[in-house]
Amino acid sequence: MNHAILAKNVSINYGSNKVINSASFVIDEQDFVCIVGANGSGKSTLIKAILGLIKPKAGTISFGEGIDQRSIGFLPQDVKVDLNFPSTVLEIVLSGTLGRLGMKAFYRKSDKLKATEAMKRLGIAKLQDASFPNLSGGQKQKVLLARALTATSKILILDEPSNNLDYKSRKEFYDELKNLNKSGLTIIMITHDLDAEDLIGNKVISIKESKVECCSTSDYLRNYR
Amino acid sequence: MNWLSEMLSYTFMQRALVVGLLISICAALVGVSLVLRKNSMIGDGLSHTTFGAFAIATVLNFAPLWFAIPIVVIASFFILKLSNSKKANGDALIALLSASSLAIGVMAISLTKGVNIDLNSYLFGSILSIGWSDVWLSLILTIVVVLLYIFAHNRIFAITFDEDFAKAIGIKTNVYDAIFAIICSLVIVFGMRLLGALLISSLIIFPTLIAMQFSKSFGRVVICSVLISVINFVLGLAISYLIASPTGATVVIVNLVVLIVTHIIRRMIQI
Repeated sequence: MNHAILAKNVSINYGSNKVINSASFVIDEQDFVCIVGANGSGKSTLIKAILGLIKPKAGTISFGEGIDQRSIGFLPQDVKVDLNFPSTVLEIVLSGTLGRLGMKAFYRKSDKLKATEAMKRLGIAKLQDASFPNLSGGQKQKVLLARALTATSKILILDEPSNNLDYKSRKEFYDELKNLNKSGLTIIMITHDLDAEDLIGNKVISIKESKVECCSTSDYLRNYR
Repeated sequence: MNWLSEMLSYTFMQRALVVGLLISICAALVGVSLVLRKNSMIGDGLSHTTFGAFAIATVLNFAPLWFAIPIVVIASFFILKLSNSKKANGDALIALLSASSLAIGVMAISLTKGVNIDLNSYLFGSILSIGWSDVWLSLILTIVVVLLYIFAHNRIFAITFDEDFAKAIGIKTNVYDAIFAIICSLVIVFGMRLLGALLISSLIIFPTLIAMQFSKSFGRVVICSVLISVINFVLGLAISYLIASPTGATVVIVNLVVLIVTHIIRRMIQI
């Protein structure tokens, strides 16, 4: 299987504080990787490095064929939107295509089609003209996932997506992620390490005291918890 | 309607109307992003800085506009950095900068003898001070701002809604921040002579808040805030001519009344 992401001896510092120390791992195409670790252990930092938002102090992060940082779909941890922020579901989902739009001023037909497909897939097509701040937590998360899906057909990165979801919404959301993974998407998800139910992928990257380990989920459950 | 033709027969009123319309368009456009990103205080900080710069320029016998522009642009970068900084207490530092600039301006004017400066016209605006150069500069600024919004409205939405995501998909958010800082500075500098240092920031804030009362999409809020800004300015200017009141204060009061009325209507519809 081809690799999607290859990290070699990646070290990341915040000032003099070493957050990630010489991390090496391979994420293959269609892997579903859960990143776990205590609060402040560097999970979000590692993701930011993969997204190209911060530059590692040492080492390299490379991508498989046909993949670059702009073709990664990203679902941030918290989108703190004011209750009165004027935004419709369609406006938000369409913004996922901006990475490919280049200098063009207006969305193309293909972008609108991609946004519609993503909304249909997640069952939110009827909400396209709805006001985003008025949606429920589960619906909001689906909208942001749809936005991430319009940005990519290859790699999806999610930063603690189940944070604001109740049990039922979280289960539905995870089922959707599993379906997306089965359809060919490589998924990397930061999750709490509190519940084995959150470890829904085939691999785990664990971060502890700046040390990064990558193994199968079954090995992680057997040896590290 | 005799008063209307009479009002427009004065050249200074024509200039005030054109500059006011153009600055209203720019202020409304840039205001949507600033208000939604909770950076509304930037306008206040910059207007006070502009006052200080204008006062010093007048005392030193420099052209106020050209002296103020670089100072206010630098201040805008500084303020924007403070506002977005998680470490600094941005609000408190902006308040400090505002008060200090105002104090420096007042002190510079009061300590200088032999210079005749009308402090009120700086603080509250004066339509008599608008020249043809203001008309041309405002026109150029408006063309640039409108073109920016036509070609980059989708990116501006993405940055305003979720900066982290915008960065992740490759939008240069720091470039847009710099463009906003420059535009905001120029809007304040060009508009200050019309509305005054204490009132110009209202032109940035009010139209967005009013448009948000009845528009639920970002695109509609942008368009509505421009229309509201322009209509309210014309109304304010006309009323100020009719009742001989200060233009800046009248425009702000018109905006305030419209905000209150639209808010009440929205609440009634919701009930």
